[in-house]
Amino acid sequence: MSAPAAVQPAARPSVPRYWMDREGILGPVMLLPVVVYIVALVGFPLVLALIYSFSDVTVGDQTINWVGFETFSQAMANPTFRLALRNTLLFTLISQIVVLVLGNILALVLSADFPGKRLVRFLILLPWTTPIALGVIGWLWLLDGLYSPIDALLRMIGLLGPDTLFGPGRNMLWLAQPDTAQISVVLVHVWRTLPLATVILLAGLTAIPQDLRDAANVDGAGFFRQLVYIRIPLLLPIMAVAVLYGIVFTFTDMTVVYLLTRGGPPVDSTQVLASWAYFKGIEGGNLAEGAATAVFLFPALAGVAALMLRMARRAETN
Amino acid sequence: MAAVETRNLTKQFDQVKAVDGIDLVCEDGEFLVLLGPSGCGKTTLLRMIGGLEAPTGGEIVIGGQDVTKLPPRARKIAMVFQSYALYPHMTVYNNIAFPLKAQKMAKPEQQERVTWAASILGIDHLMDRKPRQLSGGQRQRVALARALVREPNVFLLDEPLSNLDAQRRASARDELQQFQRRVATTTIYVTHDQVEAMGMGDRIAVMDQGRIRQLGTPADIYNQPADVFVATFVGSPPMNLVPTPDGSLLLGFRPEHFFRHEGPAADGLKTFPFHVHREEYLGAERLYYGEIGETRVVARFPVTATTTAPPGDTYPFAVHDRDVRMFDAKTGERTDLVAVT
Repeated sequence: MSAPAAVQPAARPSVPRYWMDREGILGPVMLLPVVVYIVALVGFPLVLALIYSFSDVTVGDQTINWVGFETFSQAMANPTFRLALRNTLLFTLISQIVVLVLGNILALVLSADFPGKRLVRFLILLPWTTPIALGVIGWLWLLDGLYSPIDALLRMIGLLGPDTLFGPGRNMLWLAQPDTAQISVVLVHVWRTLPLATVILLAGLTAIPQDLRDAANVDGAGFFRQLVYIRIPLLLPIMAVAVLYGIVFTFTDMTVVYLLTRGGPPVDSTQVLASWAYFKGIEGGNLAEGAATAVFLFPALAGVAALMLRMARRAETN
Repeated sequence: MAAVETRNLTKQFDQVKAVDGIDLVCEDGEFLVLLGPSGCGKTTLLRMIGGLEAPTGGEIVIGGQDVTKLPPRARKIAMVFQSYALYPHMTVYNNIAFPLKAQKMAKPEQQERVTWAASILGIDHLMDRKPRQLSGGQRQRVALARALVREPNVFLLDEPLSNLDAQRRASARDELQQFQRRVATTTIYVTHDQVEAMGMGDRIAVMDQGRIRQLGTPADIYNQPADVFVATFVGSPPMNLVPTPDGSLLLGFRPEHFFRHEGPAADGLKTFPFHVHREEYLGAERLYYGEIGETRVVARFPVTATTTAPPGDTYPFAVHDRDVRMFDAKTGERTDLVAVT
């Protein structure tokens, strides 16, 4: 055995270099801005809402008295709350089912090669890039009681007017009747969440290796067999992600209802929890009940999110 | 069972002719290898035969039937992909049964066939596993079982061994060839690996730039290369090519035919002064790298050879006339080609 060679001390790096090489320091420093942002703009209001919901605070009396679940039972005793809860669940469920079906079809179509594909993809994504308030105002005009272009279109193709399917009036009066108003809200939610779901599903679809599709072709599987046995099972994890986003966005959204129907017509037929929390807490001044309404489904939503993420992870390892 | 034939088959991608008018006949039951460097068009040719790529021109005939316009499922072919392309969410059993389900075969018969295919490939014990729980070699066998299960007329294999490690690949070559002999199904096998091509193929089609440069038995390809491309692509190290003094011809000879020769030039021998500058010891053999004039040349000595040629010196070397092939220096074509059957 020869003697080990003397180990030369490494040259001292410059001071900034020294800190840059320490992942334990650099990592937290780079994460800091987003942590501050989330704590200040998400964490703080959330904690405040939770505190409010267990108190009897109002706009008039801002002292916070701990009242336990009193505010919750008070909120739940209100029939409007129960209607809003039902509407929230129903709107979310129906709109997400529609989004899932349409999103899959759209993604399938868009994954094929055709001229102008890029333009169509861009157009489909547009609703997602529009600020939601502006989009809803647009829909307000589209669903107008007198001048609705949708009605004009229905009249043109013979679905609206005397002796037709939706007749006999000249207009659908979308936002003036409870059932059409509910359909309108769902429609706008679909319009709003479909683009993102489509893009997510499209990404998932293109991530399926060409070899698998070739193999399925050679194995003799036709379009529907491939769809049911290869594409959809492989898409499931990514579908879970798309649905999760859709559920969270639809569930927590108040803009659509607030701008489109203000919860009516005539009263509360399209009320959802988020809009009801706003009307009760901000416009009605009952901060505690508004907060209780707003955080009511927080545990359930958190549960849904955790479940979906777990599903996605499990499918990922497959 | 069926022969496969392509007639003037062409595939053009934009400006590039990936496959350039190929006429090829693969006999019934034959193991035909398409060998060539990457981008030579061999995979495109295979995919056209499989129906996964539409030809720009020409015809494909399988078992006497023109299948050019038919979709893959109507061609009675089976394909094994480089990635194996197993369905990741299905068990081994369901992967193998998938082509049968697509045929709407009855359940009991399906089961019988899957069990039969799995036993041939020795994967009966893996039926409930998912592909991710299998080793590379096991995946390859599942892919083969899935190809075998519906008893296709033709197997198309696209570099099925390239994802295996070197040791496993040697035994897989052996298994694959035995498997092919056993089921006696026409097989077209794509590879860029000349060892696979030489070791397994009944015949080899050497491809370059969308054309077949030579079609023949492994011995033909190695001993009677049709042109400079085949001579240098097949064989490792490749055939030496030394220009004649007038520059019109290239003399080609294999490194193992190039030997040290003291004494006078004799009949039937070509002698060269060989300047050696590097020796490579590879266990079973020794390679000497050097030059004849300006041309780089390699000599291969078996480990049993008693002579050596230490680097840094020039030695008299020779090659038998019978081991010399002649190529046109301009076109690269063989000029001394005798009719080989």
